[in-house]
Amino acid sequence: MIRFSSPKILPEPGRGTAPNLFQGGVVEGPLGQVVAYRGVAKPTPQTPCPTPSPSTTATRGPPSRTGEDMLHTELFASADDASGAALALAFAHQPDDHRPWLWVQDKTAIRQSGRPYRPGLPPSLRHRLIHVAADKAQDALFALEEGLRCRDLAFVVGEIAGNPAALDFTASRRLSLVSSRHGVPLWLVRLAARHDLGSARMRWDVASAPSPPPQWNTQGPGDPRWQADLFRAHKFQPGQWMLGHDGQHEALHAFEGGHGSPDHGGVVPDAAAGSLEAGQRSA
Amino acid sequence: MAAWCQTLPLDRWRLDNEAPEDAPVVLVGETAHGPRITAASAPARQAGARVGVLLADARAVAPGLAVYPADPAGDRALLETLALWAQQWGPWSALDAPDGLIIDVTGVPHLFGGEIAMMADAKTRFAARGLSVRLAIAPTAGAAWAIAHYGTKQNALAPGSDPLVALADLPVAALRLDHAVVLLLERLGLKRIGDLAAVGRAALARRFRDRRAPMANPLIRLDQLAGRVPEPILPVLGVAIPMVQRRLMEPVRHRTLLDRVVDDLATALARRLEAGGQGARRVELGMWKVDGDVLVRRIELAAATRDPAHIARLFADRLDDCDAGFGIELVRLSAPWAEPLSLTQDDLEAAAATHGTSLTACLDRLTVRLGQDAVAMPIPRASHMPERAQRWVPPDPALIIQEELGFQPRPLKLLDRAEPIAVIYEAPDGLPRVFRWRGHVHEITRAAGPERIAPEWWREKGGARLRDYYRIEDSTGRRYWIYRRGLPGDGRGGPPEWFLQGMYG
Repeated sequence: MIRFSSPKILPEPGRGTAPNLFQGGVVEGPLGQVVAYRGVAKPTPQTPCPTPSPSTTATRGPPSRTGEDMLHTELFASADDASGAALALAFAHQPDDHRPWLWVQDKTAIRQSGRPYRPGLPPSLRHRLIHVAADKAQDALFALEEGLRCRDLAFVVGEIAGNPAALDFTASRRLSLVSSRHGVPLWLVRLAARHDLGSARMRWDVASAPSPPPQWNTQGPGDPRWQADLFRAHKFQPGQWMLGHDGQHEALHAFEGGHGSPDHGGVVPDAAAGSLEAGQRSA
Repeated sequence: MAAWCQTLPLDRWRLDNEAPEDAPVVLVGETAHGPRITAASAPARQAGARVGVLLADARAVAPGLAVYPADPAGDRALLETLALWAQQWGPWSALDAPDGLIIDVTGVPHLFGGEIAMMADAKTRFAARGLSVRLAIAPTAGAAWAIAHYGTKQNALAPGSDPLVALADLPVAALRLDHAVVLLLERLGLKRIGDLAAVGRAALARRFRDRRAPMANPLIRLDQLAGRVPEPILPVLGVAIPMVQRRLMEPVRHRTLLDRVVDDLATALARRLEAGGQGARRVELGMWKVDGDVLVRRIELAAATRDPAHIARLFADRLDDCDAGFGIELVRLSAPWAEPLSLTQDDLEAAAATHGTSLTACLDRLTVRLGQDAVAMPIPRASHMPERAQRWVPPDPALIIQEELGFQPRPLKLLDRAEPIAVIYEAPDGLPRVFRWRGHVHEITRAAGPERIAPEWWREKGGARLRDYYRIEDSTGRRYWIYRRGLPGDGRGGPPEWFLQGMYG
């Protein structure tokens, strides 16, 4: 369970520990069980704890499984590997949720990076995948929006290649609004795309990273590692992490060795006041 | 029970047109050689007209004939309604075109006081409709047909009696055979069913060994008559299609008005379906235009539903390309395919709209917009070729699938078509050191394998080559699944080629 802005996880200010970006229970990633937590935490007592405003917590009907700002995330990745989709699945999966999930791809994304392969999907996800192969980016956006409206879906993963004209800021904001209204998280993987305008609450750059040697066959590839760069976020300080499977913790772990790996305190002051729905309401 | 309305066309004509009993009426059908008589009343027959004669010849004999055109399609429609009407004497009935009916009365006659009383009842009711009929009841359909058409003495066979013995005196034409076969049998001197039964099976089987159709093979017909082989009969079922329509005072030319009409119709259809405890699986919308053109839009639904808002919304996507022309004057909504859908408790959540759509509604919307093939879920297939190990089926979250054992890690994504890569290797049967794919050079730093997957010999040709799969990681950490097709010197083509098929997360 990945929780970013839930008040249970974010500590009280002045307690001496920084808010952890990844923290929580077990996540079933592409290669097994992973827990999301942040590796190194420095005390930043001056960081105030964001308290979600009542309007953001009380308006949505379905129980809030994830934080408000987790609902729309973009991951920019190369089309020549599967790192974007893999990290999206690692983020998205919740072990206690057994509803179907949707994976939408447009034609270019299918041609460049392939279709999902059931034997390679995580065991708890593979039997409830519903795949949509859209011809054009407009169709893919339509499918994403319909999926976000559906209360029976656990989450929606989208893969759109390049920077199609249909996916402009308006379309992106539309997706954000639908997602936050219906409480279905959207993980949009942008393959070989520029960082254009978008209203996603978190935007990541993802790339594959060399894996550690496995325990038994030391010549073979090990558990996956991703170099993840959070370059734009609504509530969090940008930062870079080396994410991957940690054999000991069975967890999605942030490792040392990311480029620079700056450790920011985590939460931006007064960020919670600008929730999407609240902003829309005041506008 | 077999019913034969010998004079069905004439009876129908007489019911439609008031004419005196003694008018010499003949009905004619058009043929290549001119009009030919298809039915003749008794006065006309006395005057010399016979069925099958050219009208010109008959007029030469009897100049006073009253000639009217025949209507085979109308006769057929009447026969269909008669078949449904005749189900008052049995659970199902079938057409015996052009002028007969077969009714299954097994276990029914005691309700009418016996077979004779039942036939009397049926005869009275046919007569009340103005139709003359010959009826017969027998253990098999073939025997009943034979008695109805050719029987003389009796018209009910007891359940235990042997039709071959009881019907031995009937002509061979009572076996429902082709004219050519009847002619052949009569030339052979086999004029009665009894003669045919006395010939012996072996001789009949040898003589008609190349005749597969029952109507050309007397042996099959004999067996059907005696009940030795089954004779499937296609029953007539009356199915009422839920249908609603609106005839518009003023032809509709604008989309908003049409949407309104479709909403109204969907509501009315939902009420109609609810009354029958049904839900629609396929819905057709027909729009009749002023200029005589008809527009038809058809949708199929993933699950039986009668939610008017859902149906109207699905049609709204399909009406964009409608050309109303001078206007639409009649709109009809029907559900040709409906399934039982019991009444359920209404959604108690007041704001169901804010809680999102259900999965079936979501799938419906996706398939209507993107097509049937665009939405799918993968299920495993028993094949060890990686690209065949999964197959895509229409999504059904309730599907329970036996999981397969996974011994080797498989890639997260598989390319639709494995892409060839150019490799540099140290040994032809070993792992490459460097490969080039999509214009980039990848240096292999880690590798696991090979995993050898042999071709499926029961499916592929003998020349198919085996594959050696490697899981590799390049210097920047990208993880791929590559394979070498073939072995050097395996005699199945040139040097082995390398392909990249999948990507690990």
